[in-house]
Amino acid sequence: MGKPSDLALALESLRRALREQVVPLLPHMDETQEFPDSVRGLLTELGLLTLVVPEAHGGLGSSLTDLCRVIEELARWDASIAVFVQAHATALRPLLLAGSPEQRRAFFGPVVEQGRLFAFALTEPHAGSDAAAIAARAEPAGDDCVLSGRKRFVTNGGIADYYLAFARTGPGRKGLTAFVVPARSPGLSVGKRENKMGLRASPTTDLFLEGVRIPAAHRIGAEGQGFALLTATLTASRPTIAAQAVGLAQGALDTAVRYAMEREQFGQPIGSFQGIRFMLAEMATAVEAARALLYRAAACHDEGVPSPALSAMAKLFASDTAMRVTTDAVQILGGYGYLKDYPVERFMRDAKVTQIFEGTNQIMRLVIAKDLLGRSRE
Amino acid sequence: MKVLVLVKQVPDTATQVKVGSDPRAIATTGITWIVSPYDEFAVEEALRIREKRGTGEVVAVSGGPERVKEALRSCLAMGADRAVHVLDPALEGADTLTTARVLAAVIQQEAPQLVLTGRQAIDDDTGAVGAQVAELLGWPCLSWIMEEAIAEDGATVRAGRQVEGALELFDLPLPCVLTAQKGLNEPRYPTLKGIMGAKKKEIKELGPGDLGVNVDGPQLELVRLEALPPRPPGRIIPGEPKEAVRELVRVLREEAKAI
Repeated sequence: MGKPSDLALALESLRRALREQVVPLLPHMDETQEFPDSVRGLLTELGLLTLVVPEAHGGLGSSLTDLCRVIEELARWDASIAVFVQAHATALRPLLLAGSPEQRRAFFGPVVEQGRLFAFALTEPHAGSDAAAIAARAEPAGDDCVLSGRKRFVTNGGIADYYLAFARTGPGRKGLTAFVVPARSPGLSVGKRENKMGLRASPTTDLFLEGVRIPAAHRIGAEGQGFALLTATLTASRPTIAAQAVGLAQGALDTAVRYAMEREQFGQPIGSFQGIRFMLAEMATAVEAARALLYRAAACHDEGVPSPALSAMAKLFASDTAMRVTTDAVQILGGYGYLKDYPVERFMRDAKVTQIFEGTNQIMRLVIAKDLLGRSRE
Repeated sequence: MKVLVLVKQVPDTATQVKVGSDPRAIATTGITWIVSPYDEFAVEEALRIREKRGTGEVVAVSGGPERVKEALRSCLAMGADRAVHVLDPALEGADTLTTARVLAAVIQQEAPQLVLTGRQAIDDDTGAVGAQVAELLGWPCLSWIMEEAIAEDGATVRAGRQVEGALELFDLPLPCVLTAQKGLNEPRYPTLKGIMGAKKKEIKELGPGDLGVNVDGPQLELVRLEALPPRPPGRIIPGEPKEAVRELVRVLREEAKAI
C-alpha cells in the first residue's frame, strides 16, 4: 500500500473513525452478539474490504504486510471487527492465487463497487484439523455444478454475499476443489448464529448446501487443485491471524499500562511495584517478539517466498502470546479486570480462539515439524 | 465552481499543552498535528458543493512549516483536488493580519468563486483570519454558518447562522467568504483509497517571493505565554449531612459570596 507514511496516515484515519464510531458500541456488540450494519457500513466505506483486491480491479493492492498492519490496528480495539476484514481477505486469497481474469472481474468488481462481503467455508462436522476429510460434494451437471454438504464455523456466515467453499470432486487430497457460491443461490441456507465465548460480535454459522447449482465458471483453479490452493491460502492467512493476536494483546497491554499508572494501593501507583513492572515488561517483550515474527512471515510472502513453517510459527507464537498477555492484563487489573467495565476480559476471551482457528496450535506444530523433519511416519 | 478552503494545522485536541522553552510558544515535542476541526467542516462543505453541482474544483490552502503538508494531504485524502502550501518561515508566529494578507494573495492568484474556512482555529482561537481575508479582498463575509445553498446560476449563496432561538438567513453575492460553525455538516473520514490517491495529487509550494506580500513584522506582538496558577485544592466539609449542608451554605454565602 505504498510508502510507510501513507500507511501511517491510513492507520491514523482508521483509528479516529473507530474511536468515534465503533468503540462506544463494543460492549453492546459483545453482550448482544450483534454486528451492526452501521459498523459494516463504516468499515466498507473506509475501503477495508478492498485491501487485497488488485489495483487493476479498483482495489488497494495491499501487500500481506500492510494487510496485517491494518488487521493489527483493528484488533487493538476489537478482535470481532478485525476478523470481519480478516476472514473476507482469506476468502479472496484463492481468487488472487488461481482466479482467471474473468473470475477476478466477476468477483472483485462487486467487492469494490458494492461492498460485497466474502466468507471462507472450509470446516465440516467431520473435517476440522483434518481438512482432507472434507465430505461436501460437487457434481457436474451440464454447464453447472451441484454442491451438497454442510460447513461449520463459517466466519461472516449469514452476512456474507459470497462463500468460498471447498468441496469434493474426487477421492483423496487430489479430489478437492474450490468454488465461489453466491449467498442467494437456491438450496443454500445458513444455520443459527453460534453463541461463542469470544469474538461475539462476529457472526459464526453453519452453511447448508442442498443441491446448490452454480455455474462451472465459479470453480476456482483446476479441478483437484483445491488442497494445494488451501495450503497456499492458509500460508498467507495465518500471519493475519497472528496480526489479530498481536493487536488484541497490544490492546490489553495498553489498558494494563494505563491502569498500573492510575491505580493506587499502599499509597502509590501499582505500576511502581516491581511485581507489576516485571509483568508489564515481560508482556511488552512478548508482544514485540510476536510482532517481529509475524512481519517476518509476511515479508517472506511479499518477497515471493512464502513459508508455511514461518506462517505457522507466527500464528502459534502470536496466539499463545495473546492468551498469556491478556490473562496477565486481567490479573493486573485485579477485580476490575474481571468486570465487563474494562475491555481486558473481552480481549482474554477473544484471544482463546486465535489458538484454535485457521489450524489449531497443535496443527501449527505439525506444520513446523514437517518442515524440519519431513512427514511423520505415524 | 472553484472553492478554496483555508485550513490550519493545529495540535490534536487531546494535547496536554505546556509553555515551551521560548515562552512565546508552546512545547511542540510529541504533539500530534491535525486539521483544525472547524476547517474540516469547511473542507467537507466544499466537497459537498462540488458533488452537488457535479463539477468544480476544491483547493486546500495552508501556510506554515514543512509539517503543514501532512494537514494538506489529509484534505486531499478527504477528496480535495489539489493543495497550495505557503512555505514561509516568516509566517511562524505571524499575527492574523499578516496571515490574512498572505492568504488573500493566494486567493487573488487562484481566483475562486467561494472561500470557506473554519470559524476559528482551535489553537489560538482568534477567529479573525476569515473576516480579515474578506476585508482585504473587498468581499462579503458571513461567519459561523450552519447551512449554505448556492444558487443554481452560481451568482449568489444563501447561508444561515444560528442566533439565540432562530436561524438568521442571508443572501450574499459570490465571490464571498464563509466561515463554518460546528453543525454545518458531519465531515467524512479519509478512506484508504482516498489516502492512496492523495499522493498523486499536487501540493503546490509557494515561497515568500512568489506572492509579492511584504511580511514586515507583526502589528500584534505576542509577549509571552504564562502558565495558569495551579487550581487551589477543593475543600471537603465533613460531618453529618444536616450540619455539613448548613456549613456549606454558610461558606457559600459568607466566604465565596456565591449565594
